[in-house]
Amino acid sequence: MKNKKHRLLKKLRRILPAEAVLGDEEQLRPYECDALSAYRRLPMIAVLPDNVAQVRAVLQLCAREQVPVVARGAGTGLSGGALPRTDGVLLVMARFNRILAVDEHNRTATVQPGVTNLAVSEAVAHLGLFYAPDPSSQLACTIGGNVAENSGGVHCLKYGLTVHNIMEVKAVTMDGTALTLGGRALDAPGFDLAALITGSEGLLGVIVEVTVKLLPQPDTARVLLAAFDQVEKAGDGVAAVIGAGIIPAGLEMMDNPAIRATEEFAGAGYPVDAEAILLCEVDGMAEEVAAQMETVDALLRQAGAVHIRAARDEHERALFWSGRKGAFPAVGRISPDYYCIDGTIPRRELGRVLRHIKKLSAEFNLRVANVFHAGDGNLHPLILYDANVPGELERTEELAAAILQHCVEVGGTITGEHGVGVEKINQMCTQFNARELAQMHAVKSAFDPGGLLNPGKAVPTLARCAEFGAMHVHHGKVAFPELERF
Amino acid sequence: MQTALADFIRETPRGREADAILRKCVHCGLCTATCPTYRLLGSELDSPRGRIYLIKQMLEGAAVGAATQLHLDRCLGCRACETTCPSGVEYGRLLESGKIVAEQNAPQRSTKARALRRLILAVVPHEKRFAFLLRIAQKLAPVLPRKLRAKIPQQRAAPAWPAPRHRRRMVVLRGCVQPAAAPAIDAAAAQLLDEHGVSLLGAGGCCGGVALHLPAAKKGLALARKTIDACWPLVEQGAEAVVVSASGCAVTVKEYAHLLRDDPAYAEKARVVSSLARDLSEVAAALNIIPAIAPRNLRVAFHSPCTLQHGQKITGVVERLLEDAGYTVAAAPNPHLCCGSAGTYSLLQPELSRQLLKNKLRDLHTAAPDLIATANIGCLLHLQSRTATPVRHWVELL
Repeated sequence: MKNKKHRLLKKLRRILPAEAVLGDEEQLRPYECDALSAYRRLPMIAVLPDNVAQVRAVLQLCAREQVPVVARGAGTGLSGGALPRTDGVLLVMARFNRILAVDEHNRTATVQPGVTNLAVSEAVAHLGLFYAPDPSSQLACTIGGNVAENSGGVHCLKYGLTVHNIMEVKAVTMDGTALTLGGRALDAPGFDLAALITGSEGLLGVIVEVTVKLLPQPDTARVLLAAFDQVEKAGDGVAAVIGAGIIPAGLEMMDNPAIRATEEFAGAGYPVDAEAILLCEVDGMAEEVAAQMETVDALLRQAGAVHIRAARDEHERALFWSGRKGAFPAVGRISPDYYCIDGTIPRRELGRVLRHIKKLSAEFNLRVANVFHAGDGNLHPLILYDANVPGELERTEELAAAILQHCVEVGGTITGEHGVGVEKINQMCTQFNARELAQMHAVKSAFDPGGLLNPGKAVPTLARCAEFGAMHVHHGKVAFPELERF
Repeated sequence: MQTALADFIRETPRGREADAILRKCVHCGLCTATCPTYRLLGSELDSPRGRIYLIKQMLEGAAVGAATQLHLDRCLGCRACETTCPSGVEYGRLLESGKIVAEQNAPQRSTKARALRRLILAVVPHEKRFAFLLRIAQKLAPVLPRKLRAKIPQQRAAPAWPAPRHRRRMVVLRGCVQPAAAPAIDAAAAQLLDEHGVSLLGAGGCCGGVALHLPAAKKGLALARKTIDACWPLVEQGAEAVVVSASGCAVTVKEYAHLLRDDPAYAEKARVVSSLARDLSEVAAALNIIPAIAPRNLRVAFHSPCTLQHGQKITGVVERLLEDAGYTVAAAPNPHLCCGSAGTYSLLQPELSRQLLKNKLRDLHTAAPDLIATANIGCLLHLQSRTATPVRHWVELL
């Protein structure tokens, strides 16, 4: 192992400048995790290329040497998608941070994968355009990572996920082949492989360039904040707004612990004694927005909102959102660690699922703060724990599994936008059967027959599911009865 | 974040403080986006989150190599990350501790690097030595190479300091570099306050900031005590505030209470001085200056020093003062980013500093300003060294 590392370092230093190849433990530790810091693994080597030729050369070398490669953007992922391998190379794409072209007439921007999500919108703001998907980490997360995870965000309810907002992806496969997927037109001939690589979590190729769609900034955008004395009533409010045929630009919910934590950071004027708040944004032409605001206001009052306030101006609108966008890390103020879950449920189940989470929270004796994209039924329960207390992380993982299990039971899924990574890999066995998983592995091997790109993430091996199934017997049925037990 | 501090530090005041700060960090990475060095270098190790990790492993007992020291040295200490951080991580304080521990445990720096640091410590915090050397440099300037000449501030005449005539009095901390390099600043401040019923009295020298950040904690704290001693008689005579016109020094004086909290002889005095410490902008904003009636037809780009916006969390105050005085304050992109001056950073990390300066001036010039205003002597001299547009402390413009 040591010899192998030494040999590889020598060869990598022929491809990259010395400062771009990290091999000492001291330098590698900070790369041992992404934003899911509960899972940590020291990479064997980390490299920081700054051009595509270097990326290809690194991949070709690693393919020859049979060394696994994990790609990483800004390391803001919440499912451990960029968790390194102790026997692998971590390919850091952060230096690819240039916006290559903005095509005002076709409303596209072509960017390198390390460009941050927000930087795209900032660069085209003077043209009256913006890039719609806006994950809460948009200040720091990269477009390459967004494509790899098919990231969502507050505004996805109206404008779609990453997959709906990209035109063309350039990627390099493990053997160094350069691929161009999708195209500059809305549809490309053949299979929609750009959609396939979106959300592929770094298993198919390393993304080296992305052409994104840009949208015109809406004429007007207004947000209102509604406070409720019961979480279930807020859930009803969500159902009422969507049921009335309104598509808000964003419809977000926070429960009391989340409100308290974020208010301290953002000073957004959230009512800290409310059990839940909804943030509802509508955008479009001024008249349309005014009419919809009235309807939303009435519907939420009917649902039992005790207090409703519309942001007075653009400044206050930004302030309302700043609390929501910083909500996850703001929880760091009330708990040393948190574990973020990312499940989806049918919207009608909102109230019931939240009640169940509350019950589970008491059962496991762990606090849970809820911050989520209520409009599209994408839950983000944050389990608050203390990693310094032995056993607490394990209990947290069990609670997370129980919550996700419940999401699937009510007809939802285990991930809405954060990806599977390592975090939800066992729950994939609950979500899919063995034949479905086998097909996913077939797709993987079509791109990466050696299985060297980000192995062990996103799609569990059948053996792993068998082990997981052996531990969890649901409704008296063992999962994958056809497989041998270990 | 999970922590397991090593025995050598766990139960010390420094260790307890560091542990509390580390545990607030949830490793989300938002700080990377506004970190000037991460934006230039693209390496986790040159980001706040990476440095927090480096400090964490050091405090957890891992061997400290040259890499840890290199990446901590490259940190500007601008604290833009603190403004960005939703979790409330006090990065600045953690960095100070980290630098001190690294200084003790990392392999010795090169002879050249040590000599430079000694030279800085021997000159900069001593106003008379600095003034003497500056005068020589100004005399030699015509025969120096252009690049070096640009770094030497030109002598500018200072307005007269009004004699104390008001009952309301405030102390102004004179500082180390500023009296020699830009005496006009405090004189302008004294005039402004005098016109509004307050007499400003100069006292003290270096606040200790330069030494503290190097880090030379012992010398820094000695200078802090000296400053407290210098201000103390005036404080006892009823001075309402300890005013600091350089935002870099203001942030340090406000930290005295924290820095000297375990010093029985100075803790109380430090607490009083810190509680009286005001950035000049805070004092000016409270003066109720009557806004100018006619606009001045001058566009000013304001560079808010990191020590003003991130260190002291004062935003929008100077801009309002300038607008009230009739200037058009032109917005420039990336207002949250450091200009690369950062105390002695321009001397210790010249390449990164130059790059940041270039970017900052490019951003400021997109506003097509007639003047550039700032609030800290370090930024002022640094910006002026590479632009023909006049750079002034904002108080000189009122």
